[in-house]
Amino acid sequence: MAKLKVALYWAASCGGCEIATLAIHEKILKLAEVADIVFWPVGLDFKYADVENMADKSVDACLFNGAIRNEENEHMAKLLRAKSKIMIAYGSCAVEGCIPGLSNFYNRQLTFDRVYIETPSTENPKRIFPQTRFKVPEGELEIPEFYDTVKTLAQTVDVDYFVPGCPPEERTTWLALEALISGKLPPKGTVISHSARALCYECPRVREEKKVKKFYRPYEKIPEPEKCLLEQGFLCYGIATRGGCGALCPQANMPCTGCYGPVEGVIDQGAHFLSALASIIDSNDPEEIQKIIDDIPDPAGTFYRYSLPDSLFRRAIVK
Amino acid sequence: MDNFEPRIVAFCCNWCSYAGADLAGTSRMQYAPNIRVIRVMCSGRVNPLFVLKALSIGADGVLVLGCHPGDCHYIEGNYKTMRRIPLLKKMLKQLGIEEERVRLEWVSASEGARFAEVTNDFTQTIRKLGPISWNHSKENAKEAKHG
Repeated sequence: MAKLKVALYWAASCGGCEIATLAIHEKILKLAEVADIVFWPVGLDFKYADVENMADKSVDACLFNGAIRNEENEHMAKLLRAKSKIMIAYGSCAVEGCIPGLSNFYNRQLTFDRVYIETPSTENPKRIFPQTRFKVPEGELEIPEFYDTVKTLAQTVDVDYFVPGCPPEERTTWLALEALISGKLPPKGTVISHSARALCYECPRVREEKKVKKFYRPYEKIPEPEKCLLEQGFLCYGIATRGGCGALCPQANMPCTGCYGPVEGVIDQGAHFLSALASIIDSNDPEEIQKIIDDIPDPAGTFYRYSLPDSLFRRAIVK
Repeated sequence: MDNFEPRIVAFCCNWCSYAGADLAGTSRMQYAPNIRVIRVMCSGRVNPLFVLKALSIGADGVLVLGCHPGDCHYIEGNYKTMRRIPLLKKMLKQLGIEEERVRLEWVSASEGARFAEVTNDFTQTIRKLGPISWNHSKENAKEAKHG
């Protein structure tokens, strides 16, 4: 049997997904037995031109991590889609926009102002911003256009499978790779994870009754070790998040932040969490309810921490 | 802008507010024709997602109407709504949507006049606000990704 040809690429991401692909430890040897890596900017010296020269659909699978934030990301997404039989959105950025997607609360100009002017470590008195074209003695330089709105991979090209997580856990990565190696692929559009249900199903903490009088941020209180974090007033996102990661964060006393995306069938994770969270507020008095809600300083950023570009609104309206 | 007619979606609970709307109609009360009523079994059925969806596909404002507190046919459905809408409004503000575009009111089956009043008043509020300026972000038809 001919070896599988696999391409890996990163667009707007932090690099964590690249490390996550390596976190399969010794199983990487098994992967190397059956697959050749034909493109991987982080690890191997291939150029974009090498990809352009490949025949269409000559790559068996592309693991694409990162959101689509600029012209280069979009170009590579389209190029790799054309060259690959299977396109896999790997990791939360490619699946739903993730942390880079939070800049959809702003626009290009506000993002540039923050990055190139306001950050304390920046000194830029001439207010120089990136330009798409720039003349130098040697000729004209071109850099990719930075977009106003971050998009997910599926909003840019046709995607076959989604691997959730920020970054995907080792077991999730291997589940996807195993399917690829064995050729036993799930139906197109599947979110590859060990669970399609909420994280709470695999969380070992004890759940009793959800009634909350006050919400806490993790630094404000030391959680009790056994009891459900949400019942203790922490904004634990497990009730609205797909399981499969093994509930690692709640077991380390940290509330789930929702990186595995929505459970099966839900199209807007933020609204789903909002609905569930608000209904457990233990009060029937509008004034007291408002007071309890005031404990949540940044609802939009909390509920859409990983999924703003994939939400119904996709971005905030910036005036 | 001058002849802007607001498009308003009103989610009415089956047991109180929808009956209230009915009463307004059978009593021949005049009220703003801008609302499109959607009957739900309980205001507690109104997932915040419904409100976001309505706004993202063209509604300028959303009314959620339920039974008065204590009167819920399902005992506590409207209390859940009472908790969800303020949090939803706080979130909408961060997303650049004026919080006045979403309003929760209690209308009983006998309050046809109140239904008309709430509808008229809300239509006026939205008329003043104008349409939502989606500008560059207008690509809101969500692709069916998760089935």
